[in-house]
Amino acid sequence: MSTLIKNVAPLGAEPKDVLIDNGVIAAIGAAGTLAGDTVVDGSGMVLLPGLVDLHTHLREPGREDAETVDTGTLAAARGGYTAVHAMANTTPVADTAGVVEQVWRLGQSAGHCDVYPVGAVTQGLKGEALAELGAMADSAARVRVFSDDGKCVSDAVLMRRALEYVKAFDGVIAQHAQEPRLTEDAQMNEGIVSGVLGLRGWPAVAEEAIIARDVLLAEHVGARLHICHLSTAGSVEIVRWAKSRGINVTAEVTPHHLLLTDETARSYDPVYKVNPPLRTQADVLALRAALADGTIDIVATDHAPHAAEDKDCEWSAAAFGMVGLETALSIVATTMVATGLMTWADVARVMSSTPAEIGRVQEAHGRALEVGAPANLVLVDPQASYVVERSNTASKSQNNPFHGVELQGRVLQTWLRGDVTFEAAL
Amino acid sequence: MRHLLSAADLDRTTAIQILDTAHELARLTERGVKKLPTLRGRTVVNLFFEDSTRTRISFEAAAKRLSADVINFSAKGSSVSKGESLKDTALTLEAMGADAVVIRHGSSGAPHVLAHSGWISSAVVNAGDGTHEHPTQALLDAFTLRQHLREGKGDLEGVEIAIVGDVLHSRVARSNVLLLHTLGAKVTLVAPPTLLPVGVETWPCDFSYDIDEALTNKDAVMMLRVQRERMNAAFFPSPQEYSRRYGLDRRRMNLLKPDGIVMHPGPMNRGLEISSEAADSEKSVIVEQVTNGVSVRMAVLYMALGGNEISGDAQ
Repeated sequence: MSTLIKNVAPLGAEPKDVLIDNGVIAAIGAAGTLAGDTVVDGSGMVLLPGLVDLHTHLREPGREDAETVDTGTLAAARGGYTAVHAMANTTPVADTAGVVEQVWRLGQSAGHCDVYPVGAVTQGLKGEALAELGAMADSAARVRVFSDDGKCVSDAVLMRRALEYVKAFDGVIAQHAQEPRLTEDAQMNEGIVSGVLGLRGWPAVAEEAIIARDVLLAEHVGARLHICHLSTAGSVEIVRWAKSRGINVTAEVTPHHLLLTDETARSYDPVYKVNPPLRTQADVLALRAALADGTIDIVATDHAPHAAEDKDCEWSAAAFGMVGLETALSIVATTMVATGLMTWADVARVMSSTPAEIGRVQEAHGRALEVGAPANLVLVDPQASYVVERSNTASKSQNNPFHGVELQGRVLQTWLRGDVTFEAAL
Repeated sequence: MRHLLSAADLDRTTAIQILDTAHELARLTERGVKKLPTLRGRTVVNLFFEDSTRTRISFEAAAKRLSADVINFSAKGSSVSKGESLKDTALTLEAMGADAVVIRHGSSGAPHVLAHSGWISSAVVNAGDGTHEHPTQALLDAFTLRQHLREGKGDLEGVEIAIVGDVLHSRVARSNVLLLHTLGAKVTLVAPPTLLPVGVETWPCDFSYDIDEALTNKDAVMMLRVQRERMNAAFFPSPQEYSRRYGLDRRRMNLLKPDGIVMHPGPMNRGLEISSEAADSEKSVIVEQVTNGVSVRMAVLYMALGGNEISGDAQ
């Protein structure tokens, strides 16, 4: 059974016919020249390689009330993703071959998208001793990305050793940059709004100081470093400087940091409480510019589902984080494409091919749209606009800060190796 | 006025209306009318998640003088200490039929969440939330300033006041800056740079690191309490140095205008932010602030609950 996507614009370019068969792209021809068993009309639509998220919290094992591998990956498919990297801060922590293999197998059996477990850098995320990084790399899960995300590897010696050690198997350390002493009990971005609201501030320097240290460490030991969810204009400047020196660093930005600011905290609604915190409009604009000029390499969701009771409370008692898999592409389309900052080819780069390369899954995901490549694809209606409704989700959690926001660009259909994993009800 | 969550909720007209109502209520009290029937049959809940005997009994006295039924709900020894959430506590109060909830909470914004969550339908009065605001304290301070400097009438246009101390962690300072500015006063915050919040230059006030300069020719000074937990967190080197650089003693007190007044929201650390000589001096109105607190809170409850006409009929 073959599927023809007819008259569709690959990466937003000239319309073509794209034929999917046996799980791969079987043929690409001029519009109106190919035939298939099933036909999808792609007129006016954009075809992208399936999206790859380098930063997802699937919560399983441990918090299956907030999300499971099954529900989280279904949400991913609805967002156009064909692969996600599942963060290690589960219970138990993914710091052994056993846990990462469990998550990997759960992903295999769910089948909504490929799940690549991220391994913890330190045992129990405690920042004291290295986890068995090699064992996780050699496991069935083939871990290449290591992160204590949620916590910073703040000890400089431990960070140096981790960066060096993973070179043996082409791994990367994804740092959650947060100087712990500067952010004790911090609740939101430190600035004008935190001063007025009386919420403990989280200074930009707490992120920037760690990034500055780590790019220098990466340079010193000749290792590969990835910066998670960069959120300040100052961080952009440091990464830009590091790249200009040839340091092997990559950086990600989240959709929410491209759209929302700390002004939202004035509502005291914990749906806007996130780590790192929402910053100022000047930071938002700097992040957009950096994503457009390549200083920031990728968009990663930091999808962080939380049970209702962890958000339905006073600000300081609430958990950090927001869901994001299902809205990520629309936010990038709204903030970057509709504004003229990026093309659809750029979107494919920052949401698919580059994250696949950083995660070392580039054989399976993020491939160019050419004959023989796995049919990991997403069909997007670039003109459609819609208002986000938080209850319209596959996730078990509804901590969605975009509820009620109008976004442009909608995922219509997702294919994983030729199988439809999501099809929008139209 | 539906809720009182922040001093920013009050425009000048409403603020003066509250102060005028408090003035009228105080006058009745002075005439020997200890209790008014205004809120008879209404229930006011004092929901205190933090210990604050002073503020709680002030609200309790205010509600009782208006004939409201008062329920005191303190977190200690209650279901809250067993892990009950703010939401479930609120739903319980709603089920019991509270007309007004006076909330003191350690988390900034908790009263805001309570008022806007849809958990309860009652009026919410902020009795101090974290390091955010304490609007009834600002009202009683404004009331006290008005009594001394403006014969108990109108606004505070042209009044110059210095607020000295731990502004960073002070809900009293935040509410006072907003309310006193609304009423036309000119506020100068004085603190070591470590105890001023980021962004203070955008607040509707001046700020200074030099207490002597800031106190000169002011109409009033308000000293803020220095919390014990700040002592070992490097905000200042030692209590002794803090006292020398930012404490109020007689010499500094005499930098004020001849009829200038000394205020403190209490409880005081005598010998730290204020010397006993200053606290007990003829310029001090600190005890009077406590008295005024009851009148102002009566006025706030009265307006929040839309009480009947104020009349002097004793029960």
